Amino acid sequence: MSITSTGPMEGYRKAAPDVAVDGKTAVIDAKGVYYRQLNQAVRAAFADGATTVRLNDVNGQRYIGTGLTGAGRRIEVHGTPGNDLGMFMDGPTVEVFGNAQDGVGNTMSGGRVVVHGDAGDVLGYGMRGGVVHIAGDVGYRVGIHMKAYEGLRPIVVCGGKARDFFGEYMAGGLLVLLGTRTQFPDQPIVGSFVGTGMHGGVIYLRGGVEPWQCGKEVGIFTADEDDLSRLRPILEDHCGAFGLDLADMMSVPFTKLVPTSHRPYGKLYAG
Amino acid sequence: MPTTYIQPEFRVRIDYDKCHKCGRCVQQCGWGVYSFNERPIPDDAKCKACHRCVTFCPAHCISIEKSPLAYRDNDNWSPSLRKAVWRQAETGGVLLTGMGNDKPYLRIFDHLVLDACQVTNPSIDPLREPMELRTFLGRKPDSVAVEADADGGWRLADGGGMENNVELEAPIVFAPMSYGSVSLNVHKSMAMAASRLGILMNTGEGGLHADLYPYADNIIVQCASGRFGVTPEYLNRGAAIEIKVGQGAKPGIGGHLPGEKIDNEVSRTRMIPQGTDALSPAPHHDIYSIEDLRQLIYALKEASGYKPVGVKIAAVHNVAAIASGIVRAGADYIYLDGFRGGTGAAPTIIRDHIGIPVEIAIAVVDQRLREEGIRNQASIVAAGSIRSSADMAKAIALGADVVAIGTATLMALGCHLCQQCHTGCCSWGITTQKPELTRRVDPEWGAERLVNLVHAWSHELQEILGALGVNAVESLRGSRERLRSIGLDEQTCRVLGVKPAGL
Repeated sequence: MSITSTGPMEGYRKAAPDVAVDGKTAVIDAKGVYYRQLNQAVRAAFADGATTVRLNDVNGQRYIGTGLTGAGRRIEVHGTPGNDLGMFMDGPTVEVFGNAQDGVGNTMSGGRVVVHGDAGDVLGYGMRGGVVHIAGDVGYRVGIHMKAYEGLRPIVVCGGKARDFFGEYMAGGLLVLLGTRTQFPDQPIVGSFVGTGMHGGVIYLRGGVEPWQCGKEVGIFTADEDDLSRLRPILEDHCGAFGLDLADMMSVPFTKLVPTSHRPYGKLYAG
Repeated sequence: MPTTYIQPEFRVRIDYDKCHKCGRCVQQCGWGVYSFNERPIPDDAKCKACHRCVTFCPAHCISIEKSPLAYRDNDNWSPSLRKAVWRQAETGGVLLTGMGNDKPYLRIFDHLVLDACQVTNPSIDPLREPMELRTFLGRKPDSVAVEADADGGWRLADGGGMENNVELEAPIVFAPMSYGSVSLNVHKSMAMAASRLGILMNTGEGGLHADLYPYADNIIVQCASGRFGVTPEYLNRGAAIEIKVGQGAKPGIGGHLPGEKIDNEVSRTRMIPQGTDALSPAPHHDIYSIEDLRQLIYALKEASGYKPVGVKIAAVHNVAAIASGIVRAGADYIYLDGFRGGTGAAPTIIRDHIGIPVEIAIAVVDQRLREEGIRNQASIVAAGSIRSSADMAKAIALGADVVAIGTATLMALGCHLCQQCHTGCCSWGITTQKPELTRRVDPEWGAERLVNLVHAWSHELQEILGALGVNAVESLRGSRERLRSIGLDEQTCRVLGVKPAGL
């Protein structure tokens, strides 16, 4: 028997979705539409001159905003988008009114993602630009190998708590974990192996972290005035996105994690 | 105490009677072997036997000899093992090396011979008759539909399902070698040659330099775990996209380009700061399963307008099952890199002891995909020491569609296999970013040499096909009946699907 690895999954329509255009806004009914047709419709709507695309009844469709470019473009997602939301994206804004799944902002180059809910694993992997705001909790391997380059400096702010490997291999950018809006009030703000192999960038945590939770490449400091003045506009942005109080957010001391070396494995090799 | 127990491996001999005292050897050596005091004076300990000075000495007065230093015979403790222990006791470090596995494992290619026609079936003379080397890289349709054309004949309907294939004029591509590990001039040489030859080069994982944009139709862009330089623009430029999971020289190991090699241009192309190490994690952290791989393959397709996406893996024990998963995940080609494949830097212990020969990998992957009825869904690219057109023909007969050449490519540009790529001091200007060295490879000259090499191998392959009595490389692919083994054990023959000579 030959099993083909293409074609839509069961339960999805292969047909293009219904699109209603209202001025510069295109409204797409995503119910039952396979991701490929849905994303085609999104790209077509932008190509036809829309600046905002509103997706209703989204239920697990992958790759929304993936590879999309153009700074003035905006996607509103109502429902639960699937994995790799905004992957490789460079410019547009994606706002999710619901939870997001794995791979949000994966290898993203620029733009903005706002999730009014929780997000899953591998958030912001290899991200090199743009901003991601998550209202609630995030999963494992968040911010792995984020990197910065010249004017590009990725920023990820998570309002809830995170699991293990937060900021592992981090090479640049800014990773902020607030721990305030969480489903897990009794757990520590972050899991283990924080910043393992980190060789660039900064991690800020609201409150404290135990040294055993962190990788050995990480130095742990209390955020000083300079740090807080750098954090303020970013938290202002975050609080603005979710209607939170900035003064309240900054009323607790922050912990700063930075790598102790830009070349953690410089002395590992010989000959 | 002496600073090291390790004695020089080579002796540099200068015939001072012939020496012009011109100092060219001093200038040419990237290792600092020579000092000059009225005449060149070599320091044997620094010599890597790369022959740069020998090649450029106008008086032909330099010779490099193996050090005659005797080690007491011991089959168990070879001199290289002894030196490794001393080096590690001195440094406490992981030993690094460049190029491919040089250990005396069985070379299966050297135990396979090809067939030829005699009497009963005419051989073909490729000088006088058409001999097709054109190869298509990518997914082939499960079935073919035809439709009537205007002249009352038939043609393939809807492009025949070949729209997402990349057309190659010969079944050869240049293997992925990143800008950073090799110089920009090497990348330019490969890009220009690929464009002239109608084949492909591969960026490796270091991004695509702007100077290569004009050749992008002949370039595969790679997406590795470090995601260096991977932007929507990058993904849309290439002819195809390759997910690098593994490399034959270092299966399961990430990349590590030392900060010394990250100069301004490399930094800009990789989009990382100058002088920091470029670390590629061992795994892609968004691929922990075949399902995750499928997710990345389709993410790349979504981001690139459905370009072909290949997956490169190192040949390891369970390669057939892994390859089946990769094809089912939607890959358009699988790149199999055998354990003799080259590298710009790898821990010696990994390079020399992990992975399996590419000959075995091709045979078992081709067999498995055929048994599962999915061989048409992906092309097989084979690499990991393709040293000649004979290796290429044998790889294709075992089941490969295309071979990739890396070490041979660099040798065409001057490489003498001194295995010091990781030091960044390459006297031939290949695996270095030092401007005084990189200018030794002129891209125009390099492209011409690469074109020559591929033309020569293509002609030889045509001769082999002619001798076999077939007129297209397609007819050789997976045709193991045209191979016989000499001196391979029964089990290996069975795994390869090749009969012993005489049967």
